[in-house]
Amino acid sequence: MIPPGKSSLKRPPAVEALIKRHRLRPIELLPWAIAVAAYFLFPGYLALGAQIFIMVLFALSLDLILGYAGIITLGHAAFFGVGAYTAGILAVQGWHEPISGLIAAGVAAAVVGLVSGLVILRTHGLTLLMLTLAIVFMLHEAANKAGFITGGADGLQGIAIDPIFGAFRFDMFGRTAYWYALVVLFLGWAFVRLLVHSPFGRSLTGIRENVVRMHAIGTPVRRRLVTAYTISAGLAGVAGGLLAQTTEFVALNVISFELSGAVLIMLIFGGVGRLYGAFIGAPVYMIAEDELAKADPVYWLFWIGLILILLVMFARGGILGLIDQAMHLVRWRRK
Amino acid sequence: MDATISAAVSILFHGTAYAMILYIVSVGLSVTMGLMGFANLAHGVFAMAGGYVTVTLMNDYGVPFAASLLIACLVVGLASIVIERTLYARLYTASELEQVLFTIGLIFMAIAAAKFVWGPFAQRFAMPEALQGQIELGTRSFPAYRAFLIVVSIAIILGLWLGIERTNLGARIRAAVDNRRMAQSLGINTGRLFTLTFALGSALAALGGGLGAEILAINPSYAIEHLVYFLIVVSVGGLGSIRGPFFAALLLGIGDTACKYLVPEIGAFFIYAATMALLLWRPAGLFGRA
Repeated sequence: MIPPGKSSLKRPPAVEALIKRHRLRPIELLPWAIAVAAYFLFPGYLALGAQIFIMVLFALSLDLILGYAGIITLGHAAFFGVGAYTAGILAVQGWHEPISGLIAAGVAAAVVGLVSGLVILRTHGLTLLMLTLAIVFMLHEAANKAGFITGGADGLQGIAIDPIFGAFRFDMFGRTAYWYALVVLFLGWAFVRLLVHSPFGRSLTGIRENVVRMHAIGTPVRRRLVTAYTISAGLAGVAGGLLAQTTEFVALNVISFELSGAVLIMLIFGGVGRLYGAFIGAPVYMIAEDELAKADPVYWLFWIGLILILLVMFARGGILGLIDQAMHLVRWRRK
Repeated sequence: MDATISAAVSILFHGTAYAMILYIVSVGLSVTMGLMGFANLAHGVFAMAGGYVTVTLMNDYGVPFAASLLIACLVVGLASIVIERTLYARLYTASELEQVLFTIGLIFMAIAAAKFVWGPFAQRFAMPEALQGQIELGTRSFPAYRAFLIVVSIAIILGLWLGIERTNLGARIRAAVDNRRMAQSLGINTGRLFTLTFALGSALAALGGGLGAEILAINPSYAIEHLVYFLIVVSVGGLGSIRGPFFAALLLGIGDTACKYLVPEIGAFFIYAATMALLLWRPAGLFGRA
């Protein structure tokens, strides 16, 4: 099973534990400090930085349904792609305002998430997996065939975005894109953090851990799952919209099994169901890919596959899980 | 009128040939899913491996088609025993997510390995001369290779069904799928049964990969490209069922061929939508037990 959030803590009385869960710890500000510092330290990598933020947000949205609600999906890129195409098509068709475009991307993806969630969350196990895959293939096919509006296999070109609030123009160095993506990620993180610590979020964890008991205590399980799925889809759509707006291009592979797999792997690398797995996994994956994959994509795939197998065999909590274990060991030694 | 009939016959014929390959590759997945509850996304890797071994033996070493197929079955079957014992067996009790991740990792490594050894392009399949050309049947002629495929596949499938119904091994597999604990307490060594079934399923997949090399081209991303179709066959057929996937494969094969022939613009789209509708109606598949 996926380890619960803070397994390394000694068990204090239940009330205190609940209070502790909500409290903002200083270390939770570390990612943001690093992000701000990176802006000044690596001015040549701002475009990559913005893409990392986007993938963190995407992985965070996946964490909500995979890590907290326990829904395994291989089709999460479907929502990312719907968001990207929505934001992109809006801009191509003449709506250049970025914030409303981004909201539209989130709403469109959430609607697709709601409809598909109502359909596929009736099944479970391998069938559910297959249906998530089918949805991503289906939407990929739709985007491919509707070339007159999506640009098909050539990608969606001609996206022009107005300055944010009419003041911050998207520049060629990616400064605006960097801050834009960072701020949206921050809002997304604050929202998800609030959500998973709310009674709603706790009930999702309950469903993951013991569906039968949650049914027994009267939780409307399916409605909760569909709601979580819809919210997660919306967030993924916002991430997709960000990508379309900051790169001013949408490639067909935003809706693909490959991207769904990649975001899943990022989250696994970091650690599932921990809120911060996305913040570790996505940057590690993206930077490693930037360094290694350009030289040789074949070896890249080989190593990713190998690391995935090793993670499953030996380090099921991902990088954060390993850190947890190390801390545990240190504390245990001290005693 | 005659044009319509010949189109229909052609769709049925090609669809059936396609369905046979889908079934032979997927049936092992259905049984291992039903037996072990293992979410094995990497099943297609064994089919791909079978395809590569077959094609390489034929192209580079001039081994006859039938012999290549047999060797591919043996090689992949044996290799799958090793993989099952060393890797899969450790994850039978793991969560579904871990099984999914593990098998995705396996797929990635297989893709990289295949690209490294055979390069990124689809393999040339040098069909034996006897299978080239057409066969006259009544007033119509059919491509010989596909006719051969259907005949051979039906023979294999009948053999498989007879084996499951009539042999001791078949009875033990059925017992374990029905109720694993009961089977265990009757003294069936389910661990060994798992391994055997896994090897059989993989060998069948390899056979399907080799036999169908002309229909499902052997290339490095084989296991991902056809993954959805294998999964559709298994989940529509009903996990653990032997016959269910056969009818699911027929539906899918003929449906897919018909769609691609009649409405190429939305072909694949329709198949996915139909699958979803079907599973909404019967979440456990056509022949599955809920």
